[in-house]
Amino acid sequence: MPDLATNFAGIRSPNPFWLASGPPTNCGEQVMRAFDAGWGGAVWKTIGDPIVNVSSRYSSVDWNGQRMMGLNNIELISDRPIETNLREIADVKKRYPNHAVVASLMVDSNREAWHDIVKRSEDAGADGLELNFGCPHGMSERGMGSAVGQVPEYACMITEWVKEVARTPVIVKLTPNITDIRTAARAARRGGADALSAINTINSITGIDLDTFTPRPNVGGLSSHGGYCGPAVKPIALHLVQQLASDPEVGIPLSGIGGISGWQEAAEFILLGCGTVQVCTAAMHYGYRIVEDMIDGLSNWMDGKGFGAIDDFRGLSVPKITEWKHLDLNYKIVARINRQTCIGCDLCYVACWDGAHQCIHLDKPPAPPAITVTPVAKAEALRATGGPTPPHRIPRVDEVECVGCNLCWLVCPVENCITMAKIETGVPAQSWAERTSA
Amino acid sequence: MIPGNLARFPDLHPAFDSQSAVAESNRCLYCFDAPCTTACPTHIDVPRFIKKISSGNLRGSAQTILDANILGLSCSRVCPVDVLCEGACVLHRYNQKPIEIGRLQRYAMENVRGFMLTPRATRVNFRVACVGGGPASISCAAELRRHGAAVTVFDNRPLPGGLNTYGVAEYKLRPADSLREIEMVRTMGVEFRRAEIGTDGAAGITLDQLERDFDFIFIGVGLGAMERLGIPGEHLLGVVDALRFIERYKTQPNFQIGRTVIVIGGGNTAIDAANAAVRLGAENVHLFYRRTETEMPAFQFEYDRSKVEGVRFHWTAQPVAIVEREGRAVAVRFLATRLGSPDSQGRRVPESVPDSEYEVACDMVIPALGQSRLTAALHLERNGNGLAVDRATGRTSNPKYYAGGDCVNGGREVVDAVADGKRAALGMVNHA
Repeated sequence: MPDLATNFAGIRSPNPFWLASGPPTNCGEQVMRAFDAGWGGAVWKTIGDPIVNVSSRYSSVDWNGQRMMGLNNIELISDRPIETNLREIADVKKRYPNHAVVASLMVDSNREAWHDIVKRSEDAGADGLELNFGCPHGMSERGMGSAVGQVPEYACMITEWVKEVARTPVIVKLTPNITDIRTAARAARRGGADALSAINTINSITGIDLDTFTPRPNVGGLSSHGGYCGPAVKPIALHLVQQLASDPEVGIPLSGIGGISGWQEAAEFILLGCGTVQVCTAAMHYGYRIVEDMIDGLSNWMDGKGFGAIDDFRGLSVPKITEWKHLDLNYKIVARINRQTCIGCDLCYVACWDGAHQCIHLDKPPAPPAITVTPVAKAEALRATGGPTPPHRIPRVDEVECVGCNLCWLVCPVENCITMAKIETGVPAQSWAERTSA
Repeated sequence: MIPGNLARFPDLHPAFDSQSAVAESNRCLYCFDAPCTTACPTHIDVPRFIKKISSGNLRGSAQTILDANILGLSCSRVCPVDVLCEGACVLHRYNQKPIEIGRLQRYAMENVRGFMLTPRATRVNFRVACVGGGPASISCAAELRRHGAAVTVFDNRPLPGGLNTYGVAEYKLRPADSLREIEMVRTMGVEFRRAEIGTDGAAGITLDQLERDFDFIFIGVGLGAMERLGIPGEHLLGVVDALRFIERYKTQPNFQIGRTVIVIGGGNTAIDAANAAVRLGAENVHLFYRRTETEMPAFQFEYDRSKVEGVRFHWTAQPVAIVEREGRAVAVRFLATRLGSPDSQGRRVPESVPDSEYEVACDMVIPALGQSRLTAALHLERNGNGLAVDRATGRTSNPKYYAGGDCVNGGREVVDAVADGKRAALGMVNHA
């Protein structure tokens, strides 16, 4: 089996799967159970001066019958005394010396406060520090969290304070609630950060109760914007991670966060350059046990691809993302519909007509019977179910008109029924950049 | 209705709760020009009503259903969906379970509160008598009301609804559901009157009177009594035809079932009766059919369910006499048959085997041989299967008369009757 062990900016863990800072890493007892379940590391629920939380705290977006496609929270940092958290960190490290325990930190923006919390965390035995410059709700109103991450100079300054005393690797956790995440990342690096983690949650209001008109989560008739996470945010997180991975001015290790709920998403973040991945929502939804398939699935995939270690494939997809202007304008694909497997739902037909480029067609159907009656003979009943798709319900693609947009293939519910086939145009590759500079 | 029947005849399929209804509705592909809609005799826009369930628009969902089929509730429970909408679902071709359209329709119909059916754009002001209180007449009446016509439904039973109220097996449709639908149609302004059509006197009304008082007459009288076996012993105590049997257990308190019951016939009503006999407590229920499993007209899913209920099936058995002791039926005598050459409809004709007679003991016999025609008194053209009509408009040989449902189609499903009634209503609207 492949070796999943990682060394992330000097922090070692048996695998790249870390629990992100949040409710699943609230106390030592939880973190120890998580390690028993297989997690390689844990970023402690953010430590700072204890806060008071409200109830309720979470709300979610369900989609198509699936619960919690996206999760929103207005919970603040740890509500437990700093000493308790640090004592439990020491306890966990004593019992699990080979697992990564990272202390997530957030204190008032003054140098002494940061020096104090850094020293105490390291004395407790934390393997590294994660500076929470990302939480977009509550703490940001008090000048912490994303209020820091959104101002590059501010982020740089606090990182510098931390680095003045830190002996362990310092990870800066970035907020996505910023116009260009690279400016904050570069600032963190200027401040001396050893690594970055991204993304923290996205500003969100998940929805409004249409009976009471109160947005969720409802706190005594009022609500407040929260931070959005879960499967829904993965594409946004992947893009922001790619932005960091592709920026030569950033150039420090990345820990990927955002919508990771299985090994496939983990592999995607690692392919975009991440050294570890952090998971929170999926563990909140299904418990620590989900890490079993993350480890197993990633190992099997790596085996199949011939990768012996995480570094063998880390970053392989970074060069495959470029600016639009470098894409080949002469690359052409068209949709092909497999007439044997088409079930006749005709979703591709309506999608192409209403949502794309009007190049999928249906043959004229036979005239319908004057009236429809219930079939009574058994042979008719059999014919009604499971027979071949009538030819007039199988759409045809006009390959000359087809622009190769993929929409029909995306809406087709049948696996491999629509394929996008490459057409040899005989024209040499040419990008927009090349065309306009010629 | 009869207490205890609710417990004896629990729902065949449990109702959806809202979360499972939404999950199921989200499985629907939302086909373009959907085959399920084509397959429905009333052409309910199935993907549209299902989409509205998934969006939480139950009122819109129910209106979509009722707009096409005023008996959307009973149809959701009694339709043989395997050979209708669900049979046409494209998911069959992807080796997946079809969308549970029937259960979703029931969910929409049972959970909606407060909806309005919009009036149709074409307005009429004629008067129509709908004769017979079953699904065809009720559908015709509701459609006509939406066009502004004044409609009276005549029925000779204490409660309207026809077979929906009196003749559908309890585990499929409860009389209360049928009556709820009647109430909705009554609210739309349809008048219901109990009267014996074609007779004089206080409780009756003659056809002449109807022709004088109404511009159009819709005939939706269904079928008559069940056909007789035509064998000795048929009138004995303990012999009751399937429809009367179903009506009695649904309406008579303390209805007594036999210990060993013999059902004769191979149609869906025979199966309903046999299943009901099991549910009512009979220890042995035997169904005898003169052909084989292959020729049996009952739907496959009805047959499958009946086997699960514990009904025992016996093929190639032709009843020749019911045996009497002390005035009661105590056994049925059968001859074995073998299947000969096919008849004009392609079904092989059973021929009795000489010297093959045998007797099966029982204390109740339920013949279920189909129903006779009721429409002999009307001076309307007939074809072999009932009243002759133009199927697209329901119009009979007499332009004042329209007809639909079992008395035209010879006995099909509730949904076919609803479609017939609706077409007849539109036929009148477009003709007037």
